[in-house]
Amino acid sequence: MSAQPMSAESTSTVSAPLLTVDRLVVDYPVTGWRRPPVRVLKGISLEIGAGETLGLVGESGSGKTTLGRAILGLAPVTGGEIRLGGRVVSNLGRRERRALSRDVQVVFQDPYTSLNPAMTVGDILTEPLLVTGSSRSDAQRRVRELLDQVHLPADAVSRLPREFSGGQRQRIAIARALTRDPKLVVCDEPVSALDLSTQARVLDLFIEIQERTGVAYLFVTHDLSVVRHISHRVAVMYRGELVETGDAAAVTTAPDHPYTRRLLLAAPVPDPRRQAERRAERHRFAAAQAAG
Amino acid sequence: MSILSDAGPAGPAPVDAVAAPARAGAVRRLLRNPVAVVALVWLVAVAVLALLAPLLTSQSPTASKITEALAPMGGDHPLGTDGVGRDVWAQLLYGARTSLIGSLIVVAVSLLLGLPAGVLAGYRRGRFDAVASWVANLLMALPAIIVLLVVLAQFGRSTALAMAVFGVIIAPGVFRLVRSSVIAVREELYVDAARVAGLSDARIMRRHVLPVVVPPTVIQVSQLLGIAIVIQAGLEFLGLGSANQASWGGMLSDAFQNIYAQPRLLLWPALAIVLTVTAFSLLGNALRDALGVSGRVPRVRRRQRTDAPPVVAAGGEVPAAPDVPDALLVLDGLRVAYPTPEGTEREVVHGVSLTVRRGEVLGLVGESGSGKSQTAFAVLGLLPPQARTSAARMTFDGTDLRGLSPAAMNRLRGRRIGYIPQEPMSNLDPSFTIGSQLTEPMRHHLGLSKDEARTRALQLLDRVGIPDPARVFASYPHQVSGGMAQRVLIAGAVSCDPDLLIADEPTTALDVTVQAEVLDLVRELQAERQMGVVLVTHDFGVVADVCDTVAVMRDGRIVESAPAERLFADPQHEYTRMLLGSTLEDTPARGALAGAGLHPEEIAPAPLTSGGPR
Amino acid sequence: MLLFLLRRLGAGVALVWVIATLTFFLTSLTGSDPARRILGPTAGLDQVAAKSAELGLDRPVLERYWDWLTGALRGDLGTSWFTNEQIGGLIGDALPVSLSLVVAATVLTAAVSIVLGVVAAVRGGWLDGLLQGISTVAFAVPNFLVGLVLSLVFAVELGLFPALGYTAFTDDPGAWLASITLPAIALAIGAIATVATQTRGSMIDVLQQDYVRTLRSRGLPTRSVLLKHALRNAAPASLTVLSLQFIALISGAVVIEKVFGLNGLGERATSAAGQGDVPLVLGIVVVAVVVVVLVNLLVDVVLGWLNPKVRIA
Repeated sequence: MSAQPMSAESTSTVSAPLLTVDRLVVDYPVTGWRRPPVRVLKGISLEIGAGETLGLVGESGSGKTTLGRAILGLAPVTGGEIRLGGRVVSNLGRRERRALSRDVQVVFQDPYTSLNPAMTVGDILTEPLLVTGSSRSDAQRRVRELLDQVHLPADAVSRLPREFSGGQRQRIAIARALTRDPKLVVCDEPVSALDLSTQARVLDLFIEIQERTGVAYLFVTHDLSVVRHISHRVAVMYRGELVETGDAAAVTTAPDHPYTRRLLLAAPVPDPRRQAERRAERHRFAAAQAAG
Repeated sequence: MSILSDAGPAGPAPVDAVAAPARAGAVRRLLRNPVAVVALVWLVAVAVLALLAPLLTSQSPTASKITEALAPMGGDHPLGTDGVGRDVWAQLLYGARTSLIGSLIVVAVSLLLGLPAGVLAGYRRGRFDAVASWVANLLMALPAIIVLLVVLAQFGRSTALAMAVFGVIIAPGVFRLVRSSVIAVREELYVDAARVAGLSDARIMRRHVLPVVVPPTVIQVSQLLGIAIVIQAGLEFLGLGSANQASWGGMLSDAFQNIYAQPRLLLWPALAIVLTVTAFSLLGNALRDALGVSGRVPRVRRRQRTDAPPVVAAGGEVPAAPDVPDALLVLDGLRVAYPTPEGTEREVVHGVSLTVRRGEVLGLVGESGSGKSQTAFAVLGLLPPQARTSAARMTFDGTDLRGLSPAAMNRLRGRRIGYIPQEPMSNLDPSFTIGSQLTEPMRHHLGLSKDEARTRALQLLDRVGIPDPARVFASYPHQVSGGMAQRVLIAGAVSCDPDLLIADEPTTALDVTVQAEVLDLVRELQAERQMGVVLVTHDFGVVADVCDTVAVMRDGRIVESAPAERLFADPQHEYTRMLLGSTLEDTPARGALAGAGLHPEEIAPAPLTSGGPR
Repeated sequence: MLLFLLRRLGAGVALVWVIATLTFFLTSLTGSDPARRILGPTAGLDQVAAKSAELGLDRPVLERYWDWLTGALRGDLGTSWFTNEQIGGLIGDALPVSLSLVVAATVLTAAVSIVLGVVAAVRGGWLDGLLQGISTVAFAVPNFLVGLVLSLVFAVELGLFPALGYTAFTDDPGAWLASITLPAIALAIGAIATVATQTRGSMIDVLQQDYVRTLRSRGLPTRSVLLKHALRNAAPASLTVLSLQFIALISGAVVIEKVFGLNGLGERATSAAGQGDVPLVLGIVVVAVVVVVLVNLLVDVVLGWLNPKVRIA
């Protein structure tokens, strides 16, 4: 197995962060006549360093997925800025945006709709390479390396996505994201659709790849235990705003913000006795909050 | 999952063949379908006859000779002559030309307009979409023949012109089909992924969008060809076809004039039209099957029962579960199987046995495909109609559930066995108010009056923690949030005071804070009413929160069953241990990024953990 | 809901205006000289010029458009070039015939489609096969051919119905019904195939929805689940298809009227088109589009009533 060339940024200690999101605002238009747009992100600021995992936690409607999509150029940026390595990348033209695909990649939640069902795994993985002018034989060699990295057999290239399980498909999606050695991968709930045992293995794969290649992750999820497992730092979103950012262990064990506490206390522990305690604590906390 | 070995060059997979193998397979599948072959043969024959018309007859299709009007078959006129002495065989041959050319014009015009406009409108949306859709709606509001009459009134009789105009009128059909398939693809995550991968719009269009658009369009074209022939025949029948041009519709018109003198004249053009259009239509259906395009709802072969067939008694098995005195639900050797297309049966639940006592909460835990939901639905009698269910024993409060009639089962369901589904929004009927959905079962089972049912529903809504019961009672499902809808469904499940509650992943679709509240509610209601509960879930946290006993399922079997405390403290089965080991709750946090990054102050010697050996 | 209907009404009025305008200019700006067409090839040049002046064709087209539009708004659609009769009167005589036919065919379509579609979806078996058979045949056999066959068998051979002609409802309701029965059946067959197939498809879809399972889990009788809940949810899709089929029925009626010798709008339109009687064709287009707009408005009301998401906006 050949060693992956580490990207330059990750070998040296960097002064500027890899990704900076600065007071980002995203509005979505509402269908219907003369309805005002909905503000999904209300001025988000955060940074991700090279080789770092920032976990982004929130419930449905918090805007966490939109933040990921804005960074990917898939959601319209209304205000604020996104900078990658010091360069402003929000509201780029189509062509410039395409050039950015080398650095920023994505793994989506649903492994069933994120792979084109009519294309073989080989086609799915070579596509990003061929559009950037790689030769076919180089692309095929790279695909074999990638499949090896995500622990899939080499004969996967000639098969269709439907022949794989959810976890295996997610490995294919990870391989696709890695094809051109990106600096940042936006992971949008990549393990939420997977079974428990598969979930743990895929998370370990993410960590293993990061340790080897120095890629950074923006890891979007609703699950505090997942975020705790994979993140260096954690940011908590609530209704389009960041309510808390900090070290993963701190945020997921002793959060400052009441919303994060509520989130933490609501997550059930797989142990009846400890869960009974956590439940009681949640009730006490709720009562205290209600009392003001 | 094996690691790549150096096992030689990976055999197949030349990379550029995107959909080509699928397409080639489609042609082969099409040619294996006898109906498609017959249709194709007929259409090719018609085309060849039309092309070779001058060689096949020496007669002119338009030369009329009054002296030879209505001549019988034979001699110079193999099919006789029509009312003004034109040769029928020649008219049929040359008429085929007119029909085929006309339908090709329609298809060409409608594709030329509809395809690019549909692709552009679906892919770019925005203003172009708005304008194009408006024009399409305008065209669709026009009765086609009336428009054709206007055009013909103005420009004189011309079949080709009429067909070109008809192509414009029918283009919205192509436009809407293409647009909706493009929109559907565009929303697929794999198109987003392609965009993020740096593919240009043109390439995304070629590689991802067009392959999805082409099959339904091909099918539609085959139908358009048929429709065009019918419309053209209609115009010609009205006497508005091109003058001095043989046509099937014109032949019908002439036959109509002479219907009493020579009804046979009706036969030939009618046969030609009906067979050709049928061939196009059957070809379309065969293409649909060959291309594997969904859209045609599968044939309902047998009576589609609304109820699953009754559970069959499985003979010869000694009940393994010991008799429990206060048992509410007893399952013994439950098996569920589905017929496969090959004619065999695939069993998905292989002999599940369990007991739920009054006031007991049983957690049925497993990963996807473990058969846990199948088991729950078998108890409710809500499996799909093709399911075959058998059990050595299956009793609810002493009543044998096996072989129970649908009516008898309906008296138990809702009344004595309640059900809480997984997905709150899709489980409320969108067309009825929440109030009417709550009161209907109560009025049916308990014989309450409308007012009594309403009072009781409001009490229930209040009980499940809904702040403004009267407002929610009058609301439609789309007006309430997911958490609220789940409370409504719980209220519905307990509305007739059931003894047993079956909850299928009742909190999986909810946010974690809402989940906690909903689980609180289930626990309270269960304690309040001393219900037995079967809680199907994949989440050990949920199990730890509410369950008294736990049954762990894998591949259609229960691998371990124990009181909750004991199962978590001392799991016996290897699989249970593996599942519990996969939970991330107790793994240490990963810690700050070592050596690099934004926050030098956070550099800590925290080891990078990886969750145990794989 | 009211706002929604007002918007649809506005869109409908705009549609009628756009179509009328397009048709007017299409028929005014191009084509051969109408006066020459009316008088025939033997007429002298001065005769043609005089006829043009008589018809007002020597005036600027915008002026003629304005006159026509203001006249149409008052209900005056002008006079026929060939018979000098009032177009309003010509259409008024023919409209009841066509409307009888189209409305009867629509009612027939709705009734048969719902029964056939629901039964095919729920029972399957031979009924489902029958529906698929009807669909294939109805697609392939032009409705005027169906009409010819029906006329031959039931009118000519068996003498159960009149083969030709129309009796007004006000003259004799029984004869009216007899005179439109065969044409309405011939006209409706294609629409029945389409609408019933749609009903079957959406019923099957709805029966697979989660909420149907939940309704059944509440122990509700099958009748209520099927006919109250499932049918209610399947209805909007069928109704939308029915409203499109209504437009197709207007088209089909033009041909059917000829087969059964009914002096309806279609018959008028056909002869006017053959002669090139532009004002009459124009009038018929406007009336047809107005009818379509009115029916679509009615469908919008029903759809809104069926779908709470539209009603409560």
